Amino acid sequence: MTRRVLMGNEAIGRGIVECGCSVATSYPGTPASEILESVATFAREAGHRMHVEWSVNEKVAYEVALAASYTGKRAAVSMKQVGLNVASDPFMRSAYLGVKGGFLLVSADDPGPHSSQTEQDSRFYAMFAKVPVLDPSSPREAKEMVGLAFALSEAYEIPVMLRPTTRVCHARQAVPLLTPEREVRPARFDKDPKRWCATPRFVTDLHRGLTDKLGRLRADPRLAPAFFPGDGTVPRSCIIASGVAFAHTWDVLDEMGLSGKVDRYQVKAPYPLPTDFIERIGSAYERVLVVEETYPVIEMQLANRMVSGRGSRLVPNEGELTPEVIRGVLVEFLGLEPAPVHTASMPAGARPTLCAGCGHRAAYYAISQTFPRGIFPGDIGCYTLGVNLGAVDTCHCMGASIGQAAGFYHAYAQDGQAFPSIVATIGDSTFFHSGIPALVNAVNQRARFLVVILDNGTTAMTGHQPTPGLGRTASGEQGRPVFIRDLVRASGVAFLQEVDAYDVETLTAHLTDADRYMRSEEGAVAVIIASSPCVLAAEAGTTRAVHAVRVTEDCTGCRECLDLFECPALVWDEAAGKVGIGQGTCARCGVCLHVCPVGAIVADEGEPA
Amino acid sequence: MRQRIVVSGRGGQGVLTLTRVLAEAATAAGHEVITTETHGMAQRGGAVISTIKVGPFHGPLIASGEAEVGLFLHADNLPVHGHYLRSGGTALVNATDLPGHDAVDADRLAAEAGEPRAANLALLGYAAGKGVLFAGPDLFEATIRRVTPAKHLERNVMAFRAGVEASK
Repeated sequence: MTRRVLMGNEAIGRGIVECGCSVATSYPGTPASEILESVATFAREAGHRMHVEWSVNEKVAYEVALAASYTGKRAAVSMKQVGLNVASDPFMRSAYLGVKGGFLLVSADDPGPHSSQTEQDSRFYAMFAKVPVLDPSSPREAKEMVGLAFALSEAYEIPVMLRPTTRVCHARQAVPLLTPEREVRPARFDKDPKRWCATPRFVTDLHRGLTDKLGRLRADPRLAPAFFPGDGTVPRSCIIASGVAFAHTWDVLDEMGLSGKVDRYQVKAPYPLPTDFIERIGSAYERVLVVEETYPVIEMQLANRMVSGRGSRLVPNEGELTPEVIRGVLVEFLGLEPAPVHTASMPAGARPTLCAGCGHRAAYYAISQTFPRGIFPGDIGCYTLGVNLGAVDTCHCMGASIGQAAGFYHAYAQDGQAFPSIVATIGDSTFFHSGIPALVNAVNQRARFLVVILDNGTTAMTGHQPTPGLGRTASGEQGRPVFIRDLVRASGVAFLQEVDAYDVETLTAHLTDADRYMRSEEGAVAVIIASSPCVLAAEAGTTRAVHAVRVTEDCTGCRECLDLFECPALVWDEAAGKVGIGQGTCARCGVCLHVCPVGAIVADEGEPA
Repeated sequence: MRQRIVVSGRGGQGVLTLTRVLAEAATAAGHEVITTETHGMAQRGGAVISTIKVGPFHGPLIASGEAEVGLFLHADNLPVHGHYLRSGGTALVNATDLPGHDAVDADRLAAEAGEPRAANLALLGYAAGKGVLFAGPDLFEATIRRVTPAKHLERNVMAFRAGVEASK
C-alpha cells in the first residue's frame, strides 16, 4: 500500500475523495482551510468529476452539501468551529430530518486558541444537535474516520460530525492511500414533504426518530472506545482520553515510564457514548481521569462523582492540553512526586504585522490620519492587524464591523450630541460572507457611518482562496464574478467611491467627502472600496511598483514611521540612530512617502521604479 | 531512532517548508514521524514554531525541555522558544555571530546561492553537515529535490550545499 506524508487536513480531503463523495463545500478558516483545497487536488488526481465549492459562507456551504445528500449522493462540508455558529441553523434541523447519501460535517476546533475568536468545542454542538461525532487523534486516524463517518451516516440516515483540532489538522504524518471509489450514483431526489419540508406537526415524530437512532448508535460496536489494559500497578483507576489529547497523554506516560501501568481508554466517538461503556466505567473503577479538549463532553455523559477532570478542576478549564499540562494532571491523578516545572515566563516573540506593500496599511494610515478621534469597528482577516496601527477598535466575528458601526451610531446619536466619525473596515471575502445583510440593515435603519471595504481580491489570511469577486472556482474553473460595487449600490448606498489603496491622497479626499456626506441632511451610510491586490497572492509579480524609496540624512530618528506605519521594510539602524529601507523587503509601493513628518523618506530617482 | 526537533522563526522565513522536508526525509528513511506547525495570523511576520518528532511517538507536540535539536531561523526567537531544548540539546542559529551559540549566517549563504529565501535550507544543510539530525546531507538533498518545484530547485540545492560546506 502506498503511503504519503500528509497534513491532517490533506488526509481528511483525501478520505473524502476516496469515499466517492460527489459534492464538497466549505468556507475558509484556520485550522480547516486546507481540507477543501486537498479535495480539489485529489479529485483532479483521481479524475473525478466532483463539485468542489468555496461557498460564500458556512451556512450556504452546509445547505448546498445537504441538498446534494438528499439526492442520494455522498456530500461533505468543512469549516472551522466558529463557522459552525454561522451554519448552526441548517445543522440543527438536519439532525431531525436526516440525510440520504452519506453526509459528513467537518468542524475543526482550535484549543488554545491559536487563530480563532473562541476555543469552543464543536462536540457540544454535536450533542446539542443530537448527532454522532468522531474525534481523531492523528492525521491517519482522521482519514480512517472519514470512511466510518460516511458509513454511519448512510446506515442511520444522520449527519455525522468529524471534529479534528488544530494539532490534528496541522500535523503531518505518513498516511496510507486507498484507490478512490468512483461515484456512480445518479442524483435522485424522492419527494417527501412530511420530511424535507416538515411543518411543526411532523417535527415531534422526526425528533422521536432521531432519539431512536441515537439509542441504536449507543450500541453500535463501531463507536466503542478502544481499551488498552494496564498491568494492575494502579488498580481500580483508569484514564479516558480522546482526540490529540489521547496521543499526548500516551507520549507523556511513555516519557514518565508509566506506559502499560494503568488502564487507558481512547474514546473515538465522544457522543453518543455507548451505554455499556458508561456502566463499565461506573462499576469497574474508583478513580477516573478524563482528558479531552476543550469542554467536558465525555465527562458530562459519565455523570460520575468519581471522575477527575474539568468539573473537579484537576484538568484546567481553559487553554490547550499541551504535554506540560497533561504531565501535571497525570502527576496529581497518579499521586506522583511532581517534577520541577519551568515557571519562568517566556517573552512573547515578534508580533504579526501587515506585509510590506500591503494595501491595508495604506488605507488604515489614511483612516487614522483623517479621523484622529474616530471609532473603528474592524473585522476578521489579515486586516485585523490594523489594530497595531490604531485603526481597529473592535474585532468580534465575521461581518460584525458593519453591524457594530450601526450600533455605535445609534447609541451616540440618541444622546442628541455630535456623533463621532465611525469607520468600519471589512475585507472583500468577509463582506461577501456576512457584511451584505448588515449593510442593508444599516441603510434601512438610517445609520450614518463610513464603511471602507478593503478589497485585495482574495481570502488572504487563510491562504488565498478565491472570493466571488474573482470568478474562479475551487477547482480552478471559470465562475461568474459578482462585483462588490453592484452589491453596495443594490443595498441602497448612495455614496460610493472606488480608489487604489496606494493612492493615499485620493483616499483621504474620499474619506473627508464621505464624512461630510454622512453628516449632511440627507446623509446615510457611505462606502469606499479601497483596492490593492494582496502582495502574497500568486499574481504578486504583477504588483504595481510605484516608487523606489530611500531615507535622507534629514531623518531625525523620531520613529513615527515605525510606530504609526509599522512597515516591515522600514528598519531601525541602531548605529546611525536613523531609519533605513530594508532592501529585499521593500515592495516599492511608495506609501511611506506620505508618512515622514520631516519628509526624509523620498523617491529614489537613481533606481528604476 | 527517537529525535525531537523544533524549528523556530518568523512567519515568511520558510519554517513550514523546512518542517515538510524534515517529515518527508524521515519517512523516506523508514522512520515514523509526526509534526505540527503554526498557521494563521502569526504567519504574517510573527514568531512561529514547528515541532518534528521522529520515532514511535503519538502526539505532535514537544514539551519544554524535551527537544534534542533546535533550528532557529531568527536569533530573536531563542529566548522565546529556546526552552524547548533539553539540557545538552543542540541549538543551531541563523545569525552572523552569537557568542555562546553555534551560529551560521544562513541568510548570507542563501543570498550567495542566488536564493535569499532559502536560508531555511542553508540552516538545514548546516545541521545535516554537523551530523546532529536523524540523517545525513544525502538524504536531505534527495528530499529537497523531490519536494521543490523545478523553478527554484537548483538554487535551493545550492543554498543547502552551502550550509553543508559551512559546517565543515
